[in-house]
Amino acid sequence: MQHPLAFVLAIAHIAAVIALLNGILTTMGQAKIAAAAIESIARQPEARGPIATNMFVGLAMAETSGIYGFVIAILILFARPLIGPFVDYLMIMPGM
Amino acid sequence: MFDANVPVHGVITINGFELWITNTVVMGWVISAILIIFALIVRFKLKNFKERPTGFQNAVEMMVDAFEGFMKANGNPAIAWMGGWFFTLFTFILLANITGIFPGMRPPTADWPLPLALALTTFFFIQFSGIRYRGWKYVKGTYLNPHWLFLPVNLLGELSRPISLSFRMFGNILGGLILVTLMYQLTPFFARFVLPIPLHLIFDIAFGALQAFIFTVLSLTFVGLAAAES
Repeated sequence: MQHPLAFVLAIAHIAAVIALLNGILTTMGQAKIAAAAIESIARQPEARGPIATNMFVGLAMAETSGIYGFVIAILILFARPLIGPFVDYLMIMPGM
Repeated sequence: MFDANVPVHGVITINGFELWITNTVVMGWVISAILIIFALIVRFKLKNFKERPTGFQNAVEMMVDAFEGFMKANGNPAIAWMGGWFFTLFTFILLANITGIFPGMRPPTADWPLPLALALTTFFFIQFSGIRYRGWKYVKGTYLNPHWLFLPVNLLGELSRPISLSFRMFGNILGGLILVTLMYQLTPFFARFVLPIPLHLIFDIAFGALQAFIFTVLSLTFVGLAAAES
């Protein structure tokens, strides 16, 4: 039998991947923002500067949810909040 | 392997309270020192500035002009006097993000406390400008919006702004740092000085400048909205 902690680590890696999956929808939202900005620049080329500024701000706002997922993945991988309770559980379990 | 822990250079104990001098603190001091020395140089050269700018004076006037135009384009004219603070914020974040181009150096913004501190200053500026320019109407319109029973919800919404501001920059810079570090591990030794250069250009210079710009623009927009008469 493998060490029980290996199972926790594997689950943590899978959880990190699931947390990163929200990048799909984030990217689609950002692509929509960029497409709309390019459309409006094509319609009104003299308003290029303000449109680009607002596009970057909108992109940053849309990126926030993706960044949250990334931060959660980093926490699961490096800060390892799952390991501590599991080790406590192993301590009180007889025969381990 | 990528090391998630920020290096600690020393611990100062004051009355049993531990003060950790981490890499972030040292880098923050170094960047502040660079900015202060540059400001002092500009101050001492200000006496010799002429009507027709040349050389160094040209560069300084260009920076100030560019930022004044930026404030006029994006901000509320009522808060134009805060331009100095926002310029400082922008240059500090820009320098902090760009330090990642030196291999082995860790950008201080890849550690959460520094972006959080910067975002909290923005939070206090929002409250200050709202109360100064709109007084009781700001408190009523923001915190007691439909009814005073909604105070906890409004408070939560207001507190989530510095958190999202800081997480945005922290996540971007930390992601770039992790990718560049892993790229250094992947490349063989002889290619280690060539292959990561495009990654440095993208993640440290382009994204760093973009994040500094976005942090400043969002702070400016929030403070301007709080001060606006609605």
